[in-house]
Amino acid sequence: MARFLVRRILQGILVMLLVTLLVFGIFFLGGNANTVATRLAGRNATPQTIALVAKRLHLNQSVPLQYWDFLEQLVWHHNLGYSYFHEQPVGSVLKQAAPITLSLALGAAVIWLILGVLSGVLSAVKRGRIIDRAITTLALFFYSFPTFVLGLMLLFLVSYQLQKRGIRIFPGQGYVYFSASPTKWFESLVLPWITLALVSAATYTRLTRGSLLEVMGEDYIRTARAKGLSERRVVFRHGLRSALTPVASQFGIDVGVLVGGAVVTEQVFGMPGLGYTAVQSINNGDLPVIIGIVIVASAAVIVANILVDLVYAVLDPRVRLH
Amino acid sequence: MALLEVKNLKVTFPTDDGLVQAVRGVSFSVDRGKTLGIVGESGSGKSVSTQTIMGLTRGAQVEGEAFFQGEDLLKMARRQLQAIRGRDVGMIFQDPLSSLHPYYRVGWQIVELIRAHDRAISKKAARQRAVELLRLVGIPRPDVRVNDYPHQFSGGMRQRAMIAMAMALNPALLIADEPTTALDVTVQAQVLRVIGRLQEEFGTAVIMITHDLGVIAETADDVVVMYAGAVMEAADRDSIFYDHHHPYTEGLMRSLPAYGDDRQRLTPIGGTPPSLITLPSGCKFHPRCPYVMDRCRAEEPELEPVEQRYWHTSACWLPHSGPGRQEASERVYGEAATR
Repeated sequence: MARFLVRRILQGILVMLLVTLLVFGIFFLGGNANTVATRLAGRNATPQTIALVAKRLHLNQSVPLQYWDFLEQLVWHHNLGYSYFHEQPVGSVLKQAAPITLSLALGAAVIWLILGVLSGVLSAVKRGRIIDRAITTLALFFYSFPTFVLGLMLLFLVSYQLQKRGIRIFPGQGYVYFSASPTKWFESLVLPWITLALVSAATYTRLTRGSLLEVMGEDYIRTARAKGLSERRVVFRHGLRSALTPVASQFGIDVGVLVGGAVVTEQVFGMPGLGYTAVQSINNGDLPVIIGIVIVASAAVIVANILVDLVYAVLDPRVRLH
Repeated sequence: MALLEVKNLKVTFPTDDGLVQAVRGVSFSVDRGKTLGIVGESGSGKSVSTQTIMGLTRGAQVEGEAFFQGEDLLKMARRQLQAIRGRDVGMIFQDPLSSLHPYYRVGWQIVELIRAHDRAISKKAARQRAVELLRLVGIPRPDVRVNDYPHQFSGGMRQRAMIAMAMALNPALLIADEPTTALDVTVQAQVLRVIGRLQEEFGTAVIMITHDLGVIAETADDVVVMYAGAVMEAADRDSIFYDHHHPYTEGLMRSLPAYGDDRQRLTPIGGTPPSLITLPSGCKFHPRCPYVMDRCRAEEPELEPVEQRYWHTSACWLPHSGPGRQEASERVYGEAATR
């Protein structure tokens, strides 16, 4: 088990190195030192700034040395560069954005996981009945709903209509930091959570339903019934336990991707998280921030994948031995 | 009174292709401590019959009666039947690897069964009992192996663990559904011995479902031969092997290699089993039967005693007297036909 974990972590580090190499290749190579510096310094940079950038990043040195310098800054100094647009280090920009995206992604993930798995189980157990049809239809409905439409609809139907009647529970836009006010933080997140959760839960409903239906046909489910266990125990302890394996891997990937930025949801609700910041940075040509977000997002996906493998091992004892 | 008496059981499955007539009026009974062998090829309805009376088939239309210790299993409330499963009736199945849950320890799975029926027993006592049961079925170092996962067991050990689980609460009836089919020949014998030993020790009745006549010969007191969802012939074991009446039973015996004689040609039964959706008219075996007569195509025979012996019945239009049947055999297979 320990060996398996070490191997996965080493693989993760290797992938991360490849990502940095790719990022470096895209943003730091091509043209001479001056063009790269101009790119990184932003649109309205003065010649002095460009010269400063070129000097700071050793853009006049050989390519391997430049890459080494890039890595050294990243790994040892946790330095992702400097945003000339924000006039602060990229690290600080990300530190403000990351908690927003994390709150949004993790909260929504918990909701959609519970919603998706429970509706999936209900749908599978009541297979072919009206409740199954209703859940399947509803899941397909939200699945095909564009996130921004659902978000705007919630904003209009819930936030706006309530505010028109003097009830100001859900602020329409913006984000309140947890440290500022936990209740306001919660209120600012409810609608984005619901939006993101409803759109994603559908996948989990379908995944859980399909997976559970398959598992319920297994011989060991017949054994569980033959033992005289209650149907509830058969479904949850014996069926769902196995059915959750594909759900867990999908969940890990989804959360990993989402932590890199929930672009649309953040835009709709005006939450300056990583996704929002990424879009803003692209519009502003703020390359250092984009590089930072790419690296953070890749790291999130890689970490999520290692966690999925860990969860696999916890779920399935057969994995532990290999 | 018989421990289990099944009367005129009918099981049909509605499917998109039509009605699957899996079991078409099957009756059999098992006495306390005895072994009933149910033999037949796949699709003959042998497994469906027993799984249906225990409430393990889904989406089936069921008719008939199944009295177990005087109560009809088919009319019982779900909870009541659930309490009987595992406690009064133990079940083991064909593939012991897929029949045990791969994510749970073997001991845990046995403890779960014990505690599902006896809420008063402590976890520790149930565990102790699980170790004891594993020892009883011959698992080496049961106190250690109780913590193993099924994939750490060999095929034979898994089936023995299944037997240990099925016998945990000392049930009156054990339903063994092809318990040796997925195992090596050497292991098959071990498993049958374990079942036999426990049966003797606890006085358990056994229903041995198999397509393997060798298993029947070794274990059964009485035998039911099934084909296309119905009983073709029912009798004590010796009559089935040495004095069978039904051409299907005869066909099964002729396709067996005779022990010690490797020069005799095996005679397989020609053709294939019928579709359970579009069954043939009359006797369901007639398209494959060497004795087929006009009457067989038109009318389906019912089980009638052979030579007035009430315990030996056969569903066939051939004469139910010994000499008459013998004559038919000589006509079809020739003078040299040895039975």
